[in-house]
Amino acid sequence: MELPALGWQALVILVVFGVSLLIATYSTYAERVIAAFLQDRVGPDRAGPFGLLQPLADAVKLFTKEEFFPAGSNRALFVFGPCLAMVTALMASAVIPFGNYLQFGSTIIWLQGIEVNIGMLYVFGVVSLGVYGIMIGGWASNNKFSLLGAIRAASQNISYELAMGLSLIAVLMISETLSLREITLQQSVPGEWQFWNIVKQPLGFIIFIVCAFAETNRTPFDLPECETELVGGYHTEYSSMKMGLYLFAEYINVFVASAVMSVLYFGGFNFPFQYELRAFLAESQGMVTAHNIVTGLGVVAIFVKIFSFIFFFMWVRWTLPRFRYDQLMRLGWTILIPLAIFNILLTGG
Amino acid sequence: MQPLSNRAKILAKKPMTLAERAYLPAIFQGLSITMRHFFSKKATIRYPEETRPFSPIFRGLHVLKRDEQGRERCTACGLCAVACPAEAITMVAGERKKGEEGLYREEKYAVSYEVNMLRCIFCGLCEEACPKAAVYLQADKMAPPRFERDEFIYGKDRLVEPVSPDARSQRGIQLTPEQAEVLRNKMAQQPA
Amino acid sequence: MSSLFFFLSFVALFSALGVVLAKNPVHSVLFLILTFFTISGHYLLLNAQFLAAVNIIVYAGAIMVLFLFVIMFLNLNADTEPHKSALSKIAAAIAGGSLLLILVAALRDIQPGGVDASTFDSQIGMVDRLGMVLYKQYMLPFELVSVLFIVAMVGAMMLGKRETGERNF
Repeated sequence: MELPALGWQALVILVVFGVSLLIATYSTYAERVIAAFLQDRVGPDRAGPFGLLQPLADAVKLFTKEEFFPAGSNRALFVFGPCLAMVTALMASAVIPFGNYLQFGSTIIWLQGIEVNIGMLYVFGVVSLGVYGIMIGGWASNNKFSLLGAIRAASQNISYELAMGLSLIAVLMISETLSLREITLQQSVPGEWQFWNIVKQPLGFIIFIVCAFAETNRTPFDLPECETELVGGYHTEYSSMKMGLYLFAEYINVFVASAVMSVLYFGGFNFPFQYELRAFLAESQGMVTAHNIVTGLGVVAIFVKIFSFIFFFMWVRWTLPRFRYDQLMRLGWTILIPLAIFNILLTGG
Repeated sequence: MQPLSNRAKILAKKPMTLAERAYLPAIFQGLSITMRHFFSKKATIRYPEETRPFSPIFRGLHVLKRDEQGRERCTACGLCAVACPAEAITMVAGERKKGEEGLYREEKYAVSYEVNMLRCIFCGLCEEACPKAAVYLQADKMAPPRFERDEFIYGKDRLVEPVSPDARSQRGIQLTPEQAEVLRNKMAQQPA
Repeated sequence: MSSLFFFLSFVALFSALGVVLAKNPVHSVLFLILTFFTISGHYLLLNAQFLAAVNIIVYAGAIMVLFLFVIMFLNLNADTEPHKSALSKIAAAIAGGSLLLILVAALRDIQPGGVDASTFDSQIGMVDRLGMVLYKQYMLPFELVSVLFIVAMVGAMMLGKRETGERNF
């Protein structure tokens, strides 16, 4: 790979990084507005037009809050916890293919941070690390509620990772590759009509989305921060931007989970009739330009899918009540895992 | 034991059906309910831009009225202060000098007239007590929040209504241009 | 590449020492996680992507979470640690020292075989190659291990299952 291409790749990585942060920022706003709309309210609408500058105002508020260290806390780990949560959350978006390649002359730019042939395992690994930020932060706070939140997060994540991995195996069995880019490309092959994986894996998708809710600690599985029982859960003692980092990490996780679901089950950057559109455009614009236009539309397509999933996450959050802890564990171990194994058998058979 | 009334409802706890145990139908039902609310009309009133309509009998901030020639009606009789259950009104009476006939309607007038809005309970008894129809509680104005206590003591500078017919009001409701025109004509016919 | 190797090795050794020397058990666990990461880095340098990812998922992502989980539950502090007698300290030193001696003796004579660049297959650590080896050459042991894991998982589920007459809260 010559240097200009490498530079382009670095640019793509930077853009992916920035977009993840931007989406996380506006997820906080979207969450408040969606919550308000679902409850017949209007939500924040004061800062800027439609309240669009609200995240900025929140950031200013968080930055100017007092930095607080609880007595008896482990200071180094107390700071390390939120940083780790943020880093692991941001790492996962690196391998997600946000689009097909763009072609300028002889340069080909893939709209993907980095292509590895173990893409799915990478995402899975990074997501499984996400719990450390919560555990370390919760433990270092020297607070019983925080510790309980941390312990709940740990056991919940481990339990649901199993079902999640098993539901992923079914996808792997039909795609026969771990590369997210190849999985996306397989879901639309020119010449033949190929459906998205959701058609082949409806059960797997349901298992996966339930596990995604649990892995990102979103309601109805937000036991680690359960306000009614644990004050604030693992971030009870956190204030200022350290608290902000935890909240941010949660939204980035939601974004990554949405992106992974779009790629694995909803065809990623593919959209219906893209080949017909490209052929149509190629007549007037030439093949290369037509391809670039279709790629751009593909990026729009995957972001539409991602935003719908983020909306779904929030919609569910403001609809369903929280599970009880024993119900959560029972659902994970005695329902989801057997279902996932059954799904594997179904896919294999 | 014999039931005291026949209102008690016997509920049989049936085992859940498969659809109920699967939980997914119930989830979709809940999601559809919240989605309906997503598109329903919002109850919020965006306050500074939109205001809730006042009741027509709302009693708000006091006003000291002028008569049709722009003279203050108050004669400082003190009946309002006597009627006030919260003892919010204080006044100092004074005698009208020569040449002040255009300012005050009666020979005696209020040199100072203060209402303490922190004490006032906006009951409207002062309005009922006034023999000269001088004090009214407006139907569209409230005493706004302030930072200092002494700012809540409203003197004549803030209570007496303006002379200009365009800024006058009736029962606290701004006069329409037609009403203001009628008032202006009346004031012009009877020069002080 | 070699500077990356030295960096990873340095961090690996440093964090491995940290595991042993840290007073706080939670710090030990965190150092151990760091060690696993550097080992995964070594796997990546050896072009074994699958192994690197699985190492992270299984060890760092699951097993160490359980370690941390248990240690947090136990709440081990420096002052609750029982004092060890001199005898056990000496025994531990001798045992550890002899292990080191054996390792050094075993590894001393090893000549690292060079790689012939012309015949080296860069895809050797990739998932599909690994799968070929596992499912052809080592079919039986692999399947036996899978069965073992399935049995363990079913056992865990059976333990978690609600028994008749058990009180539900």
